[in-house]
Amino acid sequence: MKTTSPVTDMTRGIWQENPVLVQLLGLCPALAVTNSVANSLAMGLATTFVLLGSSVLVSSARRLVPTEVRISTYILIIATFVTVADMVLQAVVPDIHKELGAFVALIVVNCLILSRQEAFASKRPVGRAALDALGYSIGFTIALVIMGSVRELLGSGTLLGWPVFGPSFEPWVIMILPPGGFLTLGLLLVFLSWWQERSVRSVVDDAAATGRKVA
Amino acid sequence: MAELVWIFVSAALVNNFTLALFLGLCPFFGVSREVGTAVRMGAANLFVLVITSFVAWGLNTYVLGSAPYLRLISFIVVIASLVQIVEMAIKKLSPALFRQLGIFLPLITTNCAILGLAIFQTNRGYGLVEGLVFALGAGAGLTLALVLMASLRETLDLADVPKVSRNMGLVLITAGALSLAFMGFAGLFSAE
Repeated sequence: MKTTSPVTDMTRGIWQENPVLVQLLGLCPALAVTNSVANSLAMGLATTFVLLGSSVLVSSARRLVPTEVRISTYILIIATFVTVADMVLQAVVPDIHKELGAFVALIVVNCLILSRQEAFASKRPVGRAALDALGYSIGFTIALVIMGSVRELLGSGTLLGWPVFGPSFEPWVIMILPPGGFLTLGLLLVFLSWWQERSVRSVVDDAAATGRKVA
Repeated sequence: MAELVWIFVSAALVNNFTLALFLGLCPFFGVSREVGTAVRMGAANLFVLVITSFVAWGLNTYVLGSAPYLRLISFIVVIASLVQIVEMAIKKLSPALFRQLGIFLPLITTNCAILGLAIFQTNRGYGLVEGLVFALGAGAGLTLALVLMASLRETLDLADVPKVSRNMGLVLITAGALSLAFMGFAGLFSAE
């Protein structure tokens, strides 16, 4: 088991191993509910609550859970937190809860949450597990909000409900419909890959300019 | 009868689980590299969906009447044990298939399509027959989307695309185009 510093545990999930943009986990909510910034934020926060709660609980119970039934145990713990999140959302923001619909309940089957329990929380102390969960949640929420901003801006011409472009703007309705979700994430990935490519190339170019050889 | 046909077509085409509702994306992207594997994955999903529909109906009718807040937990536990049984059966009956589906077989449990079907079926108040038809439609839609995607990807492998878009980016954009095409089915019923 590799040891990592607490800071790495926390920051790794935000960018380097961003669950949506790098690992492509949890795509289901990332595509389904990101047609507006408000929905994306609500989904991000609900997922944060579930991931943080489950990670802390799984990590504290890690010595009590037999290996054979660990996955079922994790799913039960996750389902419990999702039920709580579902009820809280319904009570506090009924409008958003209605728009998210079944996707709040479907947080249970978000691969991101289960993968963090299996890969991290079940093997580390509570504090580290909480940091890790927090990092990944922030990364997840950021990715969702980026998607939501792009789609709401182009699809309805608004941001968090405020009109941005003025009355002459013709909304690209397709962006808030299902195809828009696939297209937005696809183009986002292409952009990120282009960016990475470019920074790698500049390193190679620098090396060539100074006459060094790059392996 | 007409209503059953509508439920089937709606689940398979108009509100396709994968392309319109974003359910079951993991296998859609993960196992859509070859048409053969895609067909088998689709069939496995169809099988689990039908059983899930039956189980969800049974739980709703006989067990959960007095405790609806336990719905999510009991669905997931029953479905998880069920998939475990299916997995053991497949391992025994067809080791080759088991090897090909690899990691995605246990992950059918954490496939949103399965739990999504149970939840939708409950929310819409479908009975036993309606639920089973719904599951068949959803499974057929999933398989159709998987096979279409796999066929496209087999062709795309030979295409000369810019290097930056060679991986998931291209696959997602292709899925977007596919989803766009499926939106054409939305007019299927309103025209009448």
